[in-house]
Amino acid sequence: MQLHEYQAKDIFKKFEIVVPEGRVAVSSVECKEYFELLAKKCVIKAQIHAGGRGKAGGIKLVTSPQEAEDAGSQMLGSNLNTFQSAGGEFPINKIYIEEALNVTNELYLAITMDFEMKCPVVILSTEGGMNIEEVAEKFPKKIIKLFVDPLIGLSPYKVRKLCSMLNMGKKLDEQLSSTIFKAYSIFDSLDCSLVEINPLAVVEKESIVALDAKITIEDDSMFRHKDLAKLFDESQMNETELNALKNDLSYIKLFEGQIGCMVNGAGLAMATMDITMKAGMAPANFLDVGGSASEDKIKEAYRIICSDKDVRLILVNLFGGILRCDVAAKGIVDGHKETRKKTPMIVVLRGTNSDEAKTILQNSDLDITFARDLPDAANKIQQKLGN
Amino acid sequence: MSILNNDSNKVLIQGLGRDGSFQTEKCIQFGTQVVSGVHPTRAGKTFGEGVPIFGSVEEAVKATSPDIGLIFVPAPFALDAIVEQIDSDIRTVVCITEGIPVSDMIKVNQYLKDKKTRLIGPNCPGYIIPEKNVKVGIIPNDIVSSGEVGVVSRSGTLTYEAIVQLTKLGIGQSACVGIGGDPIHGTTFVDVLEMFEKDKNTRAIVMIGEIGGTNEQIAANKIKDEISKPVVACIVGQTAPQGKRMGHAGAIVTGKSALASEKIEALKNAGVTIADSPTEIGLKVHNLLK
Repeated sequence: MQLHEYQAKDIFKKFEIVVPEGRVAVSSVECKEYFELLAKKCVIKAQIHAGGRGKAGGIKLVTSPQEAEDAGSQMLGSNLNTFQSAGGEFPINKIYIEEALNVTNELYLAITMDFEMKCPVVILSTEGGMNIEEVAEKFPKKIIKLFVDPLIGLSPYKVRKLCSMLNMGKKLDEQLSSTIFKAYSIFDSLDCSLVEINPLAVVEKESIVALDAKITIEDDSMFRHKDLAKLFDESQMNETELNALKNDLSYIKLFEGQIGCMVNGAGLAMATMDITMKAGMAPANFLDVGGSASEDKIKEAYRIICSDKDVRLILVNLFGGILRCDVAAKGIVDGHKETRKKTPMIVVLRGTNSDEAKTILQNSDLDITFARDLPDAANKIQQKLGN
Repeated sequence: MSILNNDSNKVLIQGLGRDGSFQTEKCIQFGTQVVSGVHPTRAGKTFGEGVPIFGSVEEAVKATSPDIGLIFVPAPFALDAIVEQIDSDIRTVVCITEGIPVSDMIKVNQYLKDKKTRLIGPNCPGYIIPEKNVKVGIIPNDIVSSGEVGVVSRSGTLTYEAIVQLTKLGIGQSACVGIGGDPIHGTTFVDVLEMFEKDKNTRAIVMIGEIGGTNEQIAANKIKDEISKPVVACIVGQTAPQGKRMGHAGAIVTGKSALASEKIEALKNAGVTIADSPTEIGLKVHNLLK
């Protein structure tokens, strides 16, 4: 679960990481008012769930109340599409306005999981403000990594050594080291997959301040952080993805695809997408209904696929194990009763109760072509395309 | 002999909820020797046809000496269950549970070092050895057949797809192992490749990977240097967009090396036969064994 910058900064404050003075504004008038309260120079920042805001026009420096109001009215209510938003657009419903500081230089700090080393890693770089992937490509030597033993935690002596490598002087070293510890304690106690501060600024040559804040909490650990669930901003997800999430379906909309896919199991779902592409038509979505889907869940999955205007053909590929195919078939028929859309379907049903499922589907008025297996389904897609 | 051979193939089950009980029943039907169950509040009772339930793994081990532990407990309690089985020195622990926090799994991974236990999973379908009638997990009973091809995969249902393709072509399996779709998992591709290389019953290997991480590249290096048996590989997720988690927690393209194309390239360079489409896995093996 991704948090907005302003929410992450609230958490930073609780953990005593220094951040600029700032306020959340939901109207341009508020932008103007808060500017007057805050400073002579402020930064207006769009609160969206995507990185790369600066380049996309989602961050603006303002020097008068009028400019603050104008920037606010321009951003609020509009949508932002950044290079990191994978084709989607994010609505700007909130703005974070904060004092602009006198920055001497910018660092980069992040804590994330390193899946190769199988432990958390602290990543530090002197090239703050840039996209870290870009730094890794252009100046790989300017990235320092510190791997953390999961059972011991962050060792102070290692952090001291890390900070001293930047040659910033004792005072800044101490502040940096303390910031790293606080950021790690957020990462650890909130089960994060990412805590990122970019840039982490040296201000007036004497203090270290987190100018940006990014926190992503690992979805699988949300059961331990029910109090944080309310921070989730539903507006940052498109309606279909949100609907899927609420129904515990793993769904990802793919742009420019035309075959709607409904599959159980992530690997089989990816395989199914791959064969649609090889058969000559791009998949419109990834959809894994999960291991033990109920009738209602399948019905919702069917409705989600039908609601996608790009979908010309639906490919259902279910391998019953814990999932019962007859239950799935009933779900599809129920979904069809509500949507009344007669999108042609190719259906592969195998495993638990697949014969019963076929009977249920045959007795419905859906436009169904059955396929024996995945190779057969690929052929049938091509036949349909040929027609 | 087969891979994952223990002194006995006695299995302890931890987690006897709806799915756990249903799947245990299927294991028993396949011929697996299930000797005990563990449930904190059902100790003293039995399940299935008189399999005793104990309050702790320690007690179950004392009374029934299993070599294998199978875990179905829900994600919030999985860390504790895995550690409990490690502490009782169970040789092979298979964890089916999906959705265990990464922060828990990195601790398990660290704790496992220098221990006697081999962990398979989590978020996996477990393993099956048709010849020995041993099934520890949830791979469907009726799709497998005994033979000489070893299957190792990160996926669940896609593994079934591959097994079906093999069986339909009359190609049996020496063993099928699902190593799981989580980024941090116990047994790796490399571990299973080593087992298949040593296994006299295995003639060829099928490896099914997906986007995310670099485990396929590590496996490619292993194959290049140490695996003499022919390998057919299929990597799925070629159509997956950047930065989106494709169901499995580990299936996410985060950088160039996580791409399907990079993995395929590495495997090709290691001399592996690639099934370009998931529909061709069986056929590629068939052609290889001709």
